Amino acid sequence: MSGGVDSAVAAARAVEAGHDVTGVHLALSKNPQTYRTGARGCCTIEDSRDARRAADVIGIPFYVWDMAERFHEDVVEDFYAEYAAGRTPNPCLRCNEKIKFAAVLDRAMALGFDAVVTGHYARKGDDGLLRRAVDPGKDQSYVLAVLTPAQLAGSLFPLGDTPKDQVRVEAEDRGLAVARKPDSHDICFIADGDTSGFLKNKLGRKEGEIVDAASGEVLGSHDGSHQFTVGQRHGLGLKRPAADGKPRYVLSITPVDNRVEVGPREALRVDRIRTGAPVWLAAERTGPFEAEIQLRAHGEVYPATVTPEDGGLTAKLHKPAYGVAAGQALVVYEPSEAGDAVLASGTIDSTSSVEAAGV
Amino acid sequence: MAYLDHAATTPMLPQALDAYVRTARALGNASSLHGSGRTARRTVEEARERIAEALGAKPGEVIFTGSGTEADNLAVKGVHWHRRTAARNRVVTTAIEHHAVADAVAWLGDHEKADVTELPVDKLGRVDTAVLAALLDERGTEITVLTCMWANNEVGTLQPIAEIAAMAEPHGIPVHTDAIQAVGHVPVDFAASGAAALALSGHKLGGPTGTGALILRRDVKAVPLLHGGGQEREIRSGTLDVPGIASLAEAVAHAVRTQQVESQRLALLRDDLVARIREAVPDAVYNGDPESRLPGNAHFSFPGCEGDALLMLLDAAGVECATGSACSAGIAQPSHVLLAMGAEADDARSSLRFTLGWPTTKADIDALVAALPEAVRRAKTAGLS
Ligand SMILES: Cc1ncc(COP(=O)(O)O)c(C=O)c1O
Repeated sequence: MSGGVDSAVAAARAVEAGHDVTGVHLALSKNPQTYRTGARGCCTIEDSRDARRAADVIGIPFYVWDMAERFHEDVVEDFYAEYAAGRTPNPCLRCNEKIKFAAVLDRAMALGFDAVVTGHYARKGDDGLLRRAVDPGKDQSYVLAVLTPAQLAGSLFPLGDTPKDQVRVEAEDRGLAVARKPDSHDICFIADGDTSGFLKNKLGRKEGEIVDAASGEVLGSHDGSHQFTVGQRHGLGLKRPAADGKPRYVLSITPVDNRVEVGPREALRVDRIRTGAPVWLAAERTGPFEAEIQLRAHGEVYPATVTPEDGGLTAKLHKPAYGVAAGQALVVYEPSEAGDAVLASGTIDSTSSVEAAGV
Repeated sequence: MAYLDHAATTPMLPQALDAYVRTARALGNASSLHGSGRTARRTVEEARERIAEALGAKPGEVIFTGSGTEADNLAVKGVHWHRRTAARNRVVTTAIEHHAVADAVAWLGDHEKADVTELPVDKLGRVDTAVLAALLDERGTEITVLTCMWANNEVGTLQPIAEIAAMAEPHGIPVHTDAIQAVGHVPVDFAASGAAALALSGHKLGGPTGTGALILRRDVKAVPLLHGGGQEREIRSGTLDVPGIASLAEAVAHAVRTQQVESQRLALLRDDLVARIREAVPDAVYNGDPESRLPGNAHFSFPGCEGDALLMLLDAAGVECATGSACSAGIAQPSHVLLAMGAEADDARSSLRFTLGWPTTKADIDALVAALPEAVRRAKTAGLS
């Protein structure tokens, strides 16, 4: 129970479904003030109080579990390391994979519980498949797609069948004070939402060049390549506009020589994506198949041919994507009336564009 | 439900509750001069006399406070403030004090530039008097106040207060003792102890929460924490809580009167609990002084288990107890008491405190012994994450 409205309603629903429920709040920082301040986070003392209050109202026992060390090692350090390697991690996904549905689930099972209930918006069908929530705006199946079938089997998502605004109404009806608490959006361990400043603090400043990818011309400088994400357009600080007057985007980041390459949007075009070892949430496929893929949380969906090969997945996109960052997850969905089902996921290793290569 | 957390708080004694309700029905501010005021004042003064008598003090030494925490703060800060000079600015404390003392001392150090010396304890949690003797020889003139608890709230170890007070006496150093866990549970005689100040709290001995007293020798001065009407010897202000005070006195008088018999009863139950836990969980480690300890206290480490996990599992099984850990910002920290006794952080995190009180019966011990093995088995599987 993060202290937000979703996990509170999820807990209440689990109680109503007849489960014997215990509320657990995760302490994710040894020193809670150092992470987010304000009402939108998931790990402040205030949030812990809100969660406790919700548990009181629901009438369940409530405990704080200290996961600060694991969280730091598996999520925060990973976040730094990925950026330092020129990739763009998704810490929420990593937290689900390593903390909520791993450390917490394992501990819960050992202590005699049967499952972990969360306020994620996703559905689990009778077939055991992970499906998109009915509320497309809130669907979180993407950040859950990294779970293994065993992890998924130990999870319950009671909110998947309900639109968010209805969850708020329900919270109000249940007398939960968190009913009107704003949603959390940003990364919970970055207090002020300033990711670039956070990374600068940890990884330091190091002068480097911003280079035109096509001509090799040095266009400007930066103080640390880890502050950039492929596809980023703002914050480059380039004085001179491009010759054609069009905006320039980050095309690639090479941490070894601290180099950031920029170019026009067309150069971001991607129609082939390779991933590392996939996790299969449905029966494993061996040959090419048609599916839909999603490349970031709440991002666009692309029809594609997906081929399992060389220990990873290759996706051939039927319409191009722009600005796909390595490190993000590629999630493969099977479209369905009952909610698109997650078939597999894998971390993006590399991208290419057949068309661009031909230019 | 088996409640084995009486050191956290214990239910009010029936006679204390009666006294509270009876007095709360009556009108009167003990500072008023009219009839109602005089009635209230009389209730307060009778309570003062009863408490003094029960604890070997004079009525004029009893200062009513709003909690045990307030009494501790008043003694430590108040006496330090009064006695400090340029050459005398040192507070001496122990490594195992309750936060009500420890944090008050730390605050004086951090915010008021007081020098602080913390006396170490041995493996059983007993203050090292040899270190104190050396300190007194070397820095006796620098010390404003020496504070040492009578009985430790976590592991139950009793401290040699009379010996410590006798050591401090030739140096003219006032000794404060936090006797909040001791009063009503072991014999406490203020005058005989030689202490200059002693704190007690209502809700640890069958009185109401939010009542307490500082027993302060008349010749010891303290600067007030609260300024106002000066109701209590000009040292403590605030309209007196007449029903709370009447009820506190009832509880103290009863607890002290029955202390010997009740302590024997509790010690027998406690020894039974200890023997049966050792049998059920052979690798459990019994912490604290096995001899010189509170009769209702049993404190164990369960290697390989997290205290928090055990507490949760026992709670779910209807058995209520406490971990040794203090909760700092929602995150359990290993107990400073166990760390001071030389425990490793993991052992400190794997401990549970069971404390017995006046309503405890054998059925409570039975419930604990029945639930504990399964809780330990599961907690061990979950491990120390
Ligand atoms: C040893 C000791 N000192 C001080 C206190 C604080 O007393 P109170 O709860 O009355 O403020 C307690 C109890 O929590 C205690 O056990």
